[in-house]
Amino acid sequence: MSTYDNNMALTGEPPKALNTGQKLATLLGMSGLGILVLNLFNLEFPNSGLWLSISLVAIFIGVVWFAKAAYGHKSKGIKNDGVWFKSMSSRGILAWIAGIALTGFYIVLYFYPEYLGLVKGGDNTGVIALFDPLSKLLSGNPASQWFVYGALYTVAILAFGIKFIWKYRHNTYEIVRTISVMFFQTAFAFIIPEIMARLNGDLPYYDLKNMWPLNYYNFERYRINSFIDAGDVGMAMLVFGIASIFIISPILTYKFGKRWYCSWVCGCGGLAETAGDAFRQLSDKSKSAWKIERWVVHSVVVFVTLMTTAVIYSYLGNDTSKYWLTKSTFLIGVGTLLTAVFAWVMIYKRQELQKDARYGAIGYFVIIMALIGFHFFSGEGNVFIFKSESLRKTYSFLIGSIFSGVIGTGFYPILGNRVWCRFGCPMAAILGFQQRLFSKFRITTNGGQCISCGNCSTYCEMGIDVRAYAQKGENIVRSSCVGCGICSAVCPRGVLKLENGPLEGRINPTEVLLGNDVDLMDLVNKK
Amino acid sequence: MEHIVIIGNGIAGVTAARHIRKNSDKKITIISTETDYFFSRTALMYVYMGHMKFEHTQPYENWFWKKNRINLVKGYVSKVDHANNTLVLSEGTNVAYDKLIIAVGSKPNKFGWPGQDLNGVQGLYHRQDLEQLEQNAPNNKVCKRAVIVGGGLIGIELAEMLVTRNIPVTFLVRETSFWNGVLPKGESQMINEHILEHHIDLRLATNLVEIIADENGRAKAVTTDKGDTIECNVVGLTAGVSPNVDFLKDSGIELGRGVKVNRFLETNIPGVYAIGDCAEQHEAIGNRRPIEAVWYTGRMMGEALAQTICGTKTPYNPGHWFNSAKFLDIEYQTYGWVFSERNMKETEQHFHWRHPNENLCITIAFCHKTKKFLGINTFGIRMRHEIFDRWLTEERDVDYVIAYLKDANFDPEFYGQYEEEIIASYNSEMNTSITPKKKSWKRIFAKA
Repeated sequence: MSTYDNNMALTGEPPKALNTGQKLATLLGMSGLGILVLNLFNLEFPNSGLWLSISLVAIFIGVVWFAKAAYGHKSKGIKNDGVWFKSMSSRGILAWIAGIALTGFYIVLYFYPEYLGLVKGGDNTGVIALFDPLSKLLSGNPASQWFVYGALYTVAILAFGIKFIWKYRHNTYEIVRTISVMFFQTAFAFIIPEIMARLNGDLPYYDLKNMWPLNYYNFERYRINSFIDAGDVGMAMLVFGIASIFIISPILTYKFGKRWYCSWVCGCGGLAETAGDAFRQLSDKSKSAWKIERWVVHSVVVFVTLMTTAVIYSYLGNDTSKYWLTKSTFLIGVGTLLTAVFAWVMIYKRQELQKDARYGAIGYFVIIMALIGFHFFSGEGNVFIFKSESLRKTYSFLIGSIFSGVIGTGFYPILGNRVWCRFGCPMAAILGFQQRLFSKFRITTNGGQCISCGNCSTYCEMGIDVRAYAQKGENIVRSSCVGCGICSAVCPRGVLKLENGPLEGRINPTEVLLGNDVDLMDLVNKK
Repeated sequence: MEHIVIIGNGIAGVTAARHIRKNSDKKITIISTETDYFFSRTALMYVYMGHMKFEHTQPYENWFWKKNRINLVKGYVSKVDHANNTLVLSEGTNVAYDKLIIAVGSKPNKFGWPGQDLNGVQGLYHRQDLEQLEQNAPNNKVCKRAVIVGGGLIGIELAEMLVTRNIPVTFLVRETSFWNGVLPKGESQMINEHILEHHIDLRLATNLVEIIADENGRAKAVTTDKGDTIECNVVGLTAGVSPNVDFLKDSGIELGRGVKVNRFLETNIPGVYAIGDCAEQHEAIGNRRPIEAVWYTGRMMGEALAQTICGTKTPYNPGHWFNSAKFLDIEYQTYGWVFSERNMKETEQHFHWRHPNENLCITIAFCHKTKKFLGINTFGIRMRHEIFDRWLTEERDVDYVIAYLKDANFDPEFYGQYEEEIIASYNSEMNTSITPKKKSWKRIFAKA
């Protein structure tokens, strides 16, 4: 519908042009990346430790320098000039190239690590060999494709984290939050597990902040065995893993909303908020996208629940004298827990759910109960009607690899930076469920100050139409909100504030906004 | 079924339509020549700056209108024939109505400057102005310099827009300090400084004399009353707006500067109403102006009129004044009335605080005799609308407001808090010894 877009096609104009500093920084960062790419082709670099350091340092300094060149000379404030003119941030040709390259990387990483140089039972070659010195330094073991990925992931969060802080240097919330994700990635996801592996070789690799169902494999037999074999430390980790999802996360989510995890701690969120920040405006805000989101993400929750139940079930015994937890008690326990949660929601929180959410909840509940019932009537062998192993494999392929990696991160430049978190992450869905129904967190709308400009909705990475609430004077209480705070930051009129307050009045639909006739407000809003 | 026709698809007209739909099954038609769908006028600047695409400025998805049975007609109303309850569109078609709501908004002011209609001279109000700006000033090669005439909210927005494309801007402001007809001098001074921080060539107390044309009839320079000639390719006229009511001249609907209405937003013709920027009250309401060209008041008039149309006769009776804006990087909010030195009453006294090195300041107005709190201007610090609205209703005195200032703070979490400094400054200036009260959720969310 716009006729003047043609003018915007002219190249090399502010605000979309890169300045000299940005260009040199890009060159430096790309040359760091280039060293890694050259290693893909098995050009054996002598002294891999040195070359790895050069490469990672070049990438890191390239990104930080780029940030300085982009924001350093500007006064502090919102830095979105030209976002929709730049090819990279508006689904232009650069975005497609980046998207395809990232997607290709993930496919190789998950399914063809041998092309990265992984050699089972021998010396690594290629990029993975380049990372061997670093891996040996930390854990004493040679690198794997996951170590390479983890190292690059951490470098990305650190370097782009600094860029993000520079961009939002006027906003203390963003600074504190970003330092938090940088810390949790570096310490909990990257360094601590490696060091734990060095100290106690029996422990399974465990990123402590990564809780079920995000680490859907946590309760598999081999992990449970190695937790148990590792003695007290292992048992403590197992107990912590269970407590994380059933005790710790509900309490923190009640107090702070799910943001304590999704945009302060989580690694997926960490990458999305830092390296993915340039793509947050690409999320789809339409009502139909919201509908798809609800069905898909909750289906993943059902899937992961079924899968985990089946996996645990498969290795439990039948004899109560050997171990108190048997196949039957476990299934009954799962059924009881789900019934309790379902009953609580339906009795106390039913009016807060939208109509189709209610239908969805009933539908899912019936499915799971039917499966458990089906099991008891169909006897031993498989769990429910599935083989637990094939459920696990399907989940790990479809959700663990394709959804979270290939689509979730590979498609950053096309679908936005939170595709996985929004449509796929079962952890986000469970925390979101708590946030919607049982949390002090909300984004408060400041009376009648909204001018419907649309900055909040545009820059919401989760695709929430924030404006739809703000322009009605209504607080934003949405299960998908990760509390990144950007809607509040980009609002030109100071309308939005993330806060934890009393439960009463948290959800406050209004028709006539503050500032108008008080009698009219009474008349219309109390109808 | 009664047919309600609304001319204009801005915030006033669309709000009226939405509320009429909520309360009735009447047939609703909105006629606009500007755009197919409602968009946020205040967001036009962000499209030029590349923060948003035009579609992002549309608050409702395109299916919304059909779903809510709001009929959209793209057309220009050239004549209102109220004797026959009919509108004549410029292409010749007629639209019959039972009730008519005029919500046609404003147009940029032109004060008869020589050269004001040249190519390259434009205002910034309509969607079409944005398209024109994209033609006139796509980059700093086509537009080597722009001159903006008129130091108000639109002027500073236009300056901010052009600066994002590295176009040098000269900003002619009639007043001796930016917007000092509205802002007290401390605040106005801070904005002057902030404009200069953004490398905008601010020229205070300077008037436009003439816009000079090149051989093709395009603006090539302006002259000022200081005797300067400034070469430029674009001249932005941003000296305010006035109601866009020329098409009503011979309609028999009473006009002043805008469409004259009473408190029920009724014109002199039964069944014809006017709301938003184009409506002019016979008598100003309180301290408000007879014509209020503000987003919020347009919305409020729409909310009130919808009730009347649906059978609950409701006057336009706005509550406490509030407004907001953003000056480059500095957010501004106001609650209640704070007048500039030029316009303040003799009973009004100000307490002003400004941060020593950040762009933060507040001004609190109160009655110097009774100490009654009158209003607050706040720059770079966000404040809670509900709290100030309540304090104004409760007619709190200024000492109370100062003591409980923390309840009103609306800045994001972890932001620096300045209440202690503000209160210390107040105490030393007023010889008081007020201690700040801790923020209380209970008070904040108490129902007034």
